Order: sequence, then C-alpha cells, then structure tokens
Amino acid sequence: MRRIKVTVDGKTHEHEVEPRLLLIHYLREVLGIGGAHSGCDTSNCGACTILMNGESVKSCTVLAVQADGEDIMTVQGLAKNGEWHPVQTAFHEAHGLQCGYCTPGMIMATISLLKEKPNPSEEEIREGLEGNLCRCTGYENIVKAVKQAAGSPVS
Amino acid sequence: MTEQAQKYVGGGVPRKEDPALVTGKATWTDNIKLPGMLHFALLRSPMAHAKITNIDASEALAMPGVQAVYTAEDINNDMAAGLPCAWLVTEDMKSPVHQPLAKDEVKHLGDAVAVVVADDRYVAKDALEYIDVDYEELPVVTKMEDALKSDSPLVHEEFGTNECYTWPLATGDVDEAFKNAPVIVKERYIQQRLLPTAIECRAVVANPDPVNGGFTVYTATQIPHILKSVLAGICGVPEQKMRVVAPDVGGGFGSKLNIYAEEALAVVLARKLGVPVKWVEERSENYLATTHGRDQIQDLEIAATSEGKILGLKVKLLADMGAYLQIFTPGIPTFGGFMFPGVYDFENYSFECKGVFTNKTPTDAYRGAGRPEAAYGIERIMDSLAREVGVAPEEIRRRNFYEPFDEPTETPAGIQYDSFNLQGALDKVLELADYEGLRAEQKRRRDDNDPVQLGIGFSTYTEICGLAPSQVLAAVGLGGAGWEAATVRMLASGTVEVVTGTTPHGQGHVTSWSQIAADVLGVTPDDVEVLHGDTAISPLGRDTYGSRSLTVGGVAVHLAAGKVVEKAKKIAAHMLEAAEDDIEFENGTFSVAGSPDQNVSMATVAGEAFLGINLPEGMEPNLTEDSSFDPPNFTYPFGAHICVTEVDTETGFVKVRDYFAVDDCGPIINPIIADGQIHGGIAQGLAQAIYEEAIYDEDGNLVTGSMLDYLIPGAPEIPHFTLDRTITPSPSNPLGVKGIGEAGTIGSPPAAVNSVIDALSTHGVTHIDMPTSPMKVWTAIQNAKGERAGTRDADRSGRPAQATDNVDEKGSESL
Repeated sequence: MRRIKVTVDGKTHEHEVEPRLLLIHYLREVLGIGGAHSGCDTSNCGACTILMNGESVKSCTVLAVQADGEDIMTVQGLAKNGEWHPVQTAFHEAHGLQCGYCTPGMIMATISLLKEKPNPSEEEIREGLEGNLCRCTGYENIVKAVKQAAGSPVS
Repeated sequence: MTEQAQKYVGGGVPRKEDPALVTGKATWTDNIKLPGMLHFALLRSPMAHAKITNIDASEALAMPGVQAVYTAEDINNDMAAGLPCAWLVTEDMKSPVHQPLAKDEVKHLGDAVAVVVADDRYVAKDALEYIDVDYEELPVVTKMEDALKSDSPLVHEEFGTNECYTWPLATGDVDEAFKNAPVIVKERYIQQRLLPTAIECRAVVANPDPVNGGFTVYTATQIPHILKSVLAGICGVPEQKMRVVAPDVGGGFGSKLNIYAEEALAVVLARKLGVPVKWVEERSENYLATTHGRDQIQDLEIAATSEGKILGLKVKLLADMGAYLQIFTPGIPTFGGFMFPGVYDFENYSFECKGVFTNKTPTDAYRGAGRPEAAYGIERIMDSLAREVGVAPEEIRRRNFYEPFDEPTETPAGIQYDSFNLQGALDKVLELADYEGLRAEQKRRRDDNDPVQLGIGFSTYTEICGLAPSQVLAAVGLGGAGWEAATVRMLASGTVEVVTGTTPHGQGHVTSWSQIAADVLGVTPDDVEVLHGDTAISPLGRDTYGSRSLTVGGVAVHLAAGKVVEKAKKIAAHMLEAAEDDIEFENGTFSVAGSPDQNVSMATVAGEAFLGINLPEGMEPNLTEDSSFDPPNFTYPFGAHICVTEVDTETGFVKVRDYFAVDDCGPIINPIIADGQIHGGIAQGLAQAIYEEAIYDEDGNLVTGSMLDYLIPGAPEIPHFTLDRTITPSPSNPLGVKGIGEAGTIGSPPAAVNSVIDALSTHGVTHIDMPTSPMKVWTAIQNAKGERAGTRDADRSGRPAQATDNVDEKGSESL
C-alpha cells in the first residue's frame, strides 16, 4: 500500500492505495466520482478522460499512485456556483450527446483541445477528438458542440 | 378525441435528459453501491470447444476476501429453467440447453465455467487465476459452410447436426419467373460478424428484499419489463416479487436486449448469500459474453427484363447462431427475410434461411436486426442489375419503385407496407447532393486518371419498424404481447406525470413524450415528468428495441393524454354548468363555445378531480388514464441515401467525403432528436461498411478481442452528414409516426459499398465485401486488372470466420 495525496475537483484527498489501483477506480470506487466512466480498459474509447494538471489523460491507463501530488479535474468539478462550463452548455444545446456515457470524457477532451487550439477547424476538431469514441451521435453534433463552445460560427 | 394545435410536437425542444449527463450525475448501474454488497467475477473458457474434466477451486476459496466460488453444479440446480430463446422460428428448431455456467462442456471462447464472489472486484478477479480447470480439447467449427458438412465437429452432439433450422418463405412462381427471364444476376455477399460495442459495458446489481423475499435487479438493459417476467420464471421467483430497474443505460443497439447469464447469476447469488451482489463487465469480456451482430452468407439471384424491371428474387441465407440461442437469435435473419424485396414492386420471391451453430459467441439483435442485412443484399444486387442492363443506379431503382401509396400495400414477402413515396425521397436526395455536379467531378477525375477516384453510391431502403402487432408477432413465432403501455395523470397542482413502458437509453423519450403529452394537455413540456425504466413505477411495458418506442409507446402516451382531456372536459362542463358538447379546449383552458369568458383551466380541473368534491354524478375522482396501444400493422420508414467516397486506387484507402440522406419517418416529434438518431445510425452503418469486423481464427479465438484490434470509427473517420426529409404519414397509428432509430444503419452500408465499387468501376471492379479495408480494395483492383473487365463474379471467399473456400485468395487477407 502507498499513501497518495491527490487534489480532485478542488478538494484534496489522502488515501492508502494498492500500487496497482487504476486512477479511474480510485476516482470511482474510493472517491465515489460516478461521472468518470470506464469503457474499454485499453485507452481506446476515452470515456475515462479527465484533466491532470490541465492536460487530458485517460484515467483507465494511469495508476492512482501516478496521480500522487497532482491536480485532477473531472466533469463533476466543472460547474461553478451552479453555472455550467461553456463546453457543457454547448454539448446540451447542440445535442452533442445521446446516451451520455461518452460525454464526460468527450467534454474533458474538448476542454483540453480548446485550450490548445481555441479556434479549431472542423478537421482539427475531428482529429483532436480521435481518442474519444461515441457510438450514438455519429460525431456530427459533437463537432457542432465544440464549434459552438469555441465561439465559431455553427452551420 | 379532442385535438388541438401542436405547439411543442415538431419543435426542437432541448433535451430534458441532458443536465444529469453533462454534469456527471447520471446513475449508471456501476454507480450503484449498496451496503454489504459483494462483487462477482466469472471464469471464462480460454477454449472454443472442450470437455471440462475437473474444476478445483480450493486455492481460490482460501484467498482472503473471497466469499464463495461456485461452478455449474452449485448454480444450475438453483435455476427453474435455463436461459431462454423466445423466437421459435420453426416447430422443429433445435434449441440447446443454455445454463448460466457451462457444466460438462464449453462451446465458445468466453463460455463461463465458474463464478467467484468476493469483497471487491479486484479480489474477485485475482481469485479467478487460482481456479484450476482441466479441459480436454474438442474439435472446433467456426465457419458455417464447414459446420453443415456431414463430417463436421458438432457444437451440440445431441442434435446430430449443426443445422438449427431451415425457414422457407415463397410467394408467386419464382422458378417460372426465372425460366424465361432475359436477365439473371447472381451474387454472394458476406455480412461480417460485428461487435455491437455500446460504450457502457453491461453491469448488474441484485438486491434481495428482506421484506417480501423477492429481489430488485438493477441492470444495464433495454428491457426491464421483459427481464422481470423472464428472470422471475427462470430463477423461480414469483413474478410479483421481482422488480427490475434499468437506471441510466449507456447505449444498447440491441446488445442489451437480452436475458443474460450474469443477470440470472446475480439473482441466484443474491439468494444464496442473502446480500446484494454486483457484476461489472470489462470490454474484453463484453466482446466474448455480450451478443454479436450480423454474420450471414447471402446468396441472391435476381431475374429481370432487359430494361431492368424485376421479375423475381431468390435469396438463400446461412445465418450464424453462434454456440447457443439467446432470446431472439434464430429470428433475426428470418425477420430480415421479409425485407429483401426492399422498395421494389414485383411479385415472385423465395427466401430460405438456414440457422447454423458454430463455436462462437451467440449472435442476436444489433441495430437493425435482420433489416440492414436484407437492405444490403437487395441494394447491392440492384447496382449489379443496373450494370448488367446498362442503366444508372438511380434509374434502375426508379424503374422498380412502387407508385406512391398511403394505404397498406401487399409486398412479395406477404407483409403490408404502410405508405411509400420513394420517388419523392430520391428526387430530393439527388438535388441535395448536387448529383449532376458529382458525376461531372467523377468524370473529370476519370479523364485525368486521378489516382483518387470519386464514388457515388445509392441506397433506397425501407425497414420494418414499430414491433407491435401482437397477433403478427405470435404468427412469426415471437409469442405476441407487442403492445405498449402508458399512463398519464394530472396531479393536484396541475402538473403531469407520464408513465411509459418504453426504456430509453439515449433516444430522448423523456423529452419527446413530454412534448406529446404537453400538446394534448395544454401544458408545457417542463410541466411533464416522464417516469420509466423501473417495473415498480412503470409496471406495464414491452421496452425499447426495433424502432418501436415512438410508434407504439409514444402513441400510447398520446392516447392516454387524450383520454385525460376527455374526462377533464366532462368535469369542466360540470363546473361551468354547460353542456359537454359546448366545451372547447385550447391552450390548457376549457371554455364555453361562444362565451370565452366562461372558462376554467386544466390545472383547476385537475385540482377539482383530485378533491372529488364537485364532480359530475357518478364520476370517479382523479385524472389518470391508461392506454395499451397495439397497432394494426408495423410501420415502414424509407429513404434515399447517397454516399460519396474518395478511393485511393494506389493504396486502397477509402475516405467517405460526404453523406446525403433523405429519410421519411412520418411526422417528426423532435427534429433535433430525430436527426441525431439518423447521424448515429449512418455512422454505425459506415462502421460496418468500411471499418469493423469480428474475426475468429480456426481455433475459435476471437482475434479482435479488444478495442485495440476492433476498429470503431472515431470522429476523423466519419464525415459530415447532410440531411433532409420527406414526410409521409403512416396509417398504422394516430400520430402517423414511423420510427427512426435504425434507418441510418440500414440505409448506409449498401450506399457506402456501392460508392466504393462505383469509384472503381472503370478499373473493372464489380464487387468488394465489407468492410472495405484498404487491403480488400487494393486486392480487388489488382484482381480486376488480371481479369476481363466487367466481370460480375462475386468474391466467394468471404472472411475467415464466415466462409470456407479460403483457397481462393481473393479477399481473404486480414485488415
């Protein structure tokens, strides 16, 4: 067991964890953050995407001990004083989700993408989200949501 | 019924489902934690076919944190019956025993042999490693044509054959039609096996109820109501003591439309141990233990006049059942048998399907369930016919369309299409795509010998939706009970509760049903709460699959709300001291005709109905009404799609550049949601056409056993979609709606493959099987170079898992 100290959604936690514990399971099982999802176990689908120190990472292929001392943001930490993050609003308004299971990962990946490229082209959006799979939307309205969040004109 | 102007129906009301989903507050089954809950994990067979000679679990049992290890001997006797198949396609269909745990023999990779129950899921998984199972390897059969040979290994020794059933259907005189036909085209198409891959894997929690001795089962399912009845039956629990809850469910696509071993095991384990138990599937497990889709070999022959008018169609299918029959396994391909005639008006049709057992995971419904397979077959061979008679693909279709109709019309398969206007849809999509412009660009590229050629592919499809008519379902061996139920109740405050028997998992029923109820009742969608997915809250339902939710369940909401207004009108007349016939209802207000000042609001009437003080003589209090809608016919959405591909003739790489779709699903409740369904459907169809394939090797190992190997397309692989629609109401229900959940998946695979072939037509390529991987496309080009141009011989080699004669190298390469 190893002791880790992790800040998640602005709150600092300390726990003894097994070195093999995956970060996604630490978030879900130990901290009870149900908004971080697991979808493939092989870092292909991106449902588990969170931000670590502002960078998007797939928490199914990060060990909890690797997050020791780091600052984690999940979808549950985005809203401030009841106000949604603009990316959350855009996904809702553009119907960028259906079943919603990929959505938290998609939103976190979008935040990371827009940080790198504030005004991405459609191609850049599609390439930027290639690590996040959605089986419901055909990506059409996800792309639209990202454009909207970026303040780009939406066709 | 009182009808009033539609205010919300037809509008893009933003989804009420979204707030929980975008903030991470949804309740997935894996988010459910109950006090004292244990976790279970399954030991799965590493072999496709073997005898189990011994299982030693002693080491696993001794591990700290392990509470129990059970094998078939401990579990199967606790079952009142095995896992059921509900679709008896023929009376002599062979239906193998299917228990939650394999007893003496494993029959496919991933067949479960033991279960560990432990304090947490890591411990349960660890313990699996310490169970020793002795297997004695048996010969494996993975290919259908091999399985039907007399010397084939048998999946189920007791049947003496791997043939599950043969189901024929014939109308007219097909042989006569073929005898003198000027044109006959013959093709073989491979419907590769697919992995449905809802992004949420399955999960189940079973909680014993100490008060009534029953169980509450939370499960990632599309069918809580069906599951309640069946689980109660097979686990020996009185039906009234079984409660099933489908919490938020992360996609289904048919793969969560089943009675799974793990759901039965959860009940049995919770009963044995007296505590809540939980199982969460991993992706690699999902690919072995959750049903697969498609997997057919299709032989089609079409007879036509020299102008390309169809005279007859013969279809022979081999359909891979896998090793067992899940709930609808045998009926998926036979259901498709009704749809091979497509949107074309002709008379002579014969269909025969053989279901075949192999040592693979069972197949079952996957988005479209039999209909994408059928649409693919007919839409591919229509292009072949067009080539044969020398007309354009859109023209061959036009020559064979039904004249538009709006009353049920008999088809060659003996069913009745409800309403069609294919001409309208085709005209619209040609304009939408700037068809002339595309052909001009194609010509330019051909003239320039551009290594990247342009393909323009068509499909004009229909599908059978709204699984309902109970009598028809019974007639095809599916038992009946195709109705859908709704309750609409006005609360004392004037707000509304709608209870539905449909079970959304992404389709937006909460929003759409709110719109339907709001318009009938004269309230706003925000005044309406839609309750679903819990058999204790919504006791009557037949769930969500087969694009049935709106056409049956949404209509039931509409009808129940209409009944509420009828009763409310009587109360309003009484309150206003007027004759009921003089009462008008508009915008939530009842008024006396000619005296609009004499009025009372729906909310006030609802309050009065609740108080029960001043009601008409003999009337019962409360405004709550039920409807169980069982329509007279299915619905038949249709559409015309154009897929535009760029095919690199040097690398074989296919890029879908554009996709144009005109779909007709009748009147639209919520255009944003309907379009979303089409987007997702097309993407899933393109996934089959171009990217995905579940591949088994000769030993029955699933080579594509994780997302590392199974290519789910991401955003870069999927194009922008350009959509439009026509609206042809269905006579099958009072809303005229047809259903849209599967249309895209049905229309897009043939459009995409026809497009790739069209791009390569000047190279002499006339056939490529799905998925059109770079290797297959490149190989087809090379083969065509070596053969006479214009050959129409289909590649008969198929893929390793689906067809036999791999000695012919064409198309047998892996991705």
